[in-house]
Amino acid sequence: MATINLNGRDVAVDLPDDTPLLWALRDGLNMTGTKFGCGIAMCGACTVHVDGQATRSCVTPISAVAGKKITTIESVGEAKVGAAVQAAWQKLDVVQCGYCQSGQIMSATALLASNPKPSDADIDAAMSGNVCRCATYVRIRAAIHEAAKSLA
Amino acid sequence: MNIIAPSTGLSRRSFLKLGAAAGGGLLIELNLPGARALAAEDARFEPNAFIRIGRDGVVTLVMHKVEMGQGTYTAIPQLIAEELDVPLDAVKLEHAPPDPKYADPIIGAQITGGSTSIRGAWKPMREAGATARTLLVQAAAKKWNTDAARLTTRDGTVIDAAGGRRAGYGELVDIAATLPVPTAVTLKDPKDFRLVGKPVRRIDAAGKVNGSARFGIDVVLPGMKVATVAASPVFGGTLAGVDDAAAQKVKGVRQVVKLDNAVAVVADHMWAAKQGLAACAPRWKDGAHAKLDTAQIFAHLEKSSEGPGAIAHRAGDAATAMKTGARRVDAIYRQPMLAHATMEPINCTVDLKADGLDVWVGTQVPGIAQAVAAQTAGLKPEQVRIHNHLLGGGFGRRLEVDFIAQAVAIGKQVRGPVKVVWTREEDIQHDMYRPPYLDRISAAVDAKGMPVAWTHRIAGSSIMARFFPPAFKDGVDPDAVDGAVELPYAIPAMQVEYQQVEPPAVPTAFWRGVGPTRNGFVVEGFIDELAAAAGQDPVAYRRALVKDARTRAVLDLAAERSGWGTPLKAAAGTRAGRGIALMHVFGSRVAQVAEVEVNTDNEVRVRRVTCVIDCGFAVNPLTVAAQMEGGIMFGLTAALWNEITLADGRVQQSNFHDVRMMRMNEAPRIDVHIVPSAEAPGGVGEPGTSVAIPAVVNAVFAATGQRVRTLPIAGQLKTT
Repeated sequence: MATINLNGRDVAVDLPDDTPLLWALRDGLNMTGTKFGCGIAMCGACTVHVDGQATRSCVTPISAVAGKKITTIESVGEAKVGAAVQAAWQKLDVVQCGYCQSGQIMSATALLASNPKPSDADIDAAMSGNVCRCATYVRIRAAIHEAAKSLA
Repeated sequence: MNIIAPSTGLSRRSFLKLGAAAGGGLLIELNLPGARALAAEDARFEPNAFIRIGRDGVVTLVMHKVEMGQGTYTAIPQLIAEELDVPLDAVKLEHAPPDPKYADPIIGAQITGGSTSIRGAWKPMREAGATARTLLVQAAAKKWNTDAARLTTRDGTVIDAAGGRRAGYGELVDIAATLPVPTAVTLKDPKDFRLVGKPVRRIDAAGKVNGSARFGIDVVLPGMKVATVAASPVFGGTLAGVDDAAAQKVKGVRQVVKLDNAVAVVADHMWAAKQGLAACAPRWKDGAHAKLDTAQIFAHLEKSSEGPGAIAHRAGDAATAMKTGARRVDAIYRQPMLAHATMEPINCTVDLKADGLDVWVGTQVPGIAQAVAAQTAGLKPEQVRIHNHLLGGGFGRRLEVDFIAQAVAIGKQVRGPVKVVWTREEDIQHDMYRPPYLDRISAAVDAKGMPVAWTHRIAGSSIMARFFPPAFKDGVDPDAVDGAVELPYAIPAMQVEYQQVEPPAVPTAFWRGVGPTRNGFVVEGFIDELAAAAGQDPVAYRRALVKDARTRAVLDLAAERSGWGTPLKAAAGTRAGRGIALMHVFGSRVAQVAEVEVNTDNEVRVRRVTCVIDCGFAVNPLTVAAQMEGGIMFGLTAALWNEITLADGRVQQSNFHDVRMMRMNEAPRIDVHIVPSAEAPGGVGEPGTSVAIPAVVNAVFAATGQRVRTLPIAGQLKTT
């Protein structure tokens, strides 16, 4: 039985230590906002924050996050940066099918938390691990700039 | 109940029926006129969409269209809310249950696809809204014993300005339900629109930015198990055996389910299911296709297409005219198999009980899903309840029900609900693929290089023959030739042929942009070849051939906005070029100019795409632009990098490390210009994709002088 600190609370997870955090969240805790996309850290749909760092939960075993603070899409909006990102996403009408957007928002929030005024190159570097098959990239880029502006 | 044909003069065949809603309120049943109804002058009234207005004033629309990113769940409520005079957020949408009555008016079946949603809904949904508004005004007039002509409406309220009275729609619905259907309703003058034609933000965004939106894969049920599957890696192969015991040793694994051609491991959670599947090490009988490879498929296509095909289109005497030109140009174009790779991996949850079957899934075809689930379970369709969900991407993949049949087959062997989730590897290796195609195309040109004759033979799989057999007539698949028969160009003699050539064992399916996306690459690439052979500018050459003024305007605007003809800067060691493509497909006219940079390693970077679309009246310009941006990059991804190849009967690609997706750092600047128009709306979900592919191919030619006739572009360019 592992205990993880999830969205500010300690939560018991009755799964083997090698279980990826993604499946612990989705199947163990029924928290389905974090998405399965590829299982090999190639698409970013499963991105969560581990101690504030954007992390691919599909390749992160729960044993590796013991004692660390995990934030998921379900609570990222409780902090100022996450809320600004979600607001910018809606203002600029970013989403299409929406499936990848949990991961996009987690990556964008981690970027803005560490770099309040990212350049286009910074956005490329932080966001190129997140695939959007609907290709909402034009608006994601604009929304990150918009969120940065609203936080300034 | 009363039945009327609103006398708006807009659509005589769209009927409405009124009545009281169960539980109170007003129910409007409407019929979206379809291909079948249009064929029958005396079409009976069969409602296929429903609007309920409750005593709380909430407007609920139950309709057949699903939301897969394309924005339909925002645009259709815009149409109703506009004419009904309610705020957009007063309209709630419900997924329609599977039922033939929800058939799409253009396709004639309960399908979301083919860029048809707004085209079908444009008139009937506005008429329904206007009818409801008229009724509510009449209800208020009756209640207040006044003249309806004195009353106005705004934001869900009927207002009697002179009498100083107002009433919310919710207070009026019960009276409205007793009134006769109005004999005439007047639609708003477009100049008075407050929602339609405006850049309205999506109504499904909130749940998609906070993780609360529910896709099929997010279903959680009490006692639910999770299963993952491996099907025979060779198409047509069967399961020979599995190591049950090894799978059962994995903690959390509950059961190993064997199907004829697949094995599923059922577990408490996906991680155990995945490990169990690896542990059970399935053995396969590969069957007849164990040696199949991509080269054989293309050799077969090439050989087959040497002979004539079925005539899809004939104008003039192309055979004779081909001999009269000053010279001829011939080419063969090849397009690979492609995977859909929706971001939401394939999944379906089933619960087979004594009294029937429940299916939780995201599908573009609820009716077909119900039929196949019933057939697999040995039940009647009415015993199957389909719970449809948001789709984490469709692109044609969720028009298919292979995975639903498979999930039901697994569910028959499992007690209680089971969610079947495919890994990404299973998705890439067991997709139903965009089929490989080979096109032979020729033109005879006059002394100035203008075409006097054109022949085009299209060879490949007919998806329509399987999916909707009545549409496949006299050997011609109308989708396979769409975008090749009705060209925007005036060519005196034309012959277009189709030859159905099925790849052995490989399942094929629709893919975003369908026929026009394949034909756009060929036709617009070849037109570019003719322009080059004539020594003419590609825009000027097309302009000289374009038949109608709207298409010409789109071409001209694309040239102007892209800076066509102005010098292009190229970074050191790179070659830059612009390419144009122009199509009139899905009821919309689209021109795109792609601007590319090719480096010394022959890697192509798309810097910018200028897109001009005339889609008639743009119901939601924000959605139109979004569909262009996304559709263009969907096409660029395929054009630049994607192909599914076979070796030893197996798909060689497996995940996003070898099925390359366009990413943020590769996304071009995209400028979308929507031509203002009052004409009926055209489709927007697919034309962006269709036009992007030839635009980039033509830009690569401009940059390098190399004509790409085989996709993807990667690997085609030679170092010069």
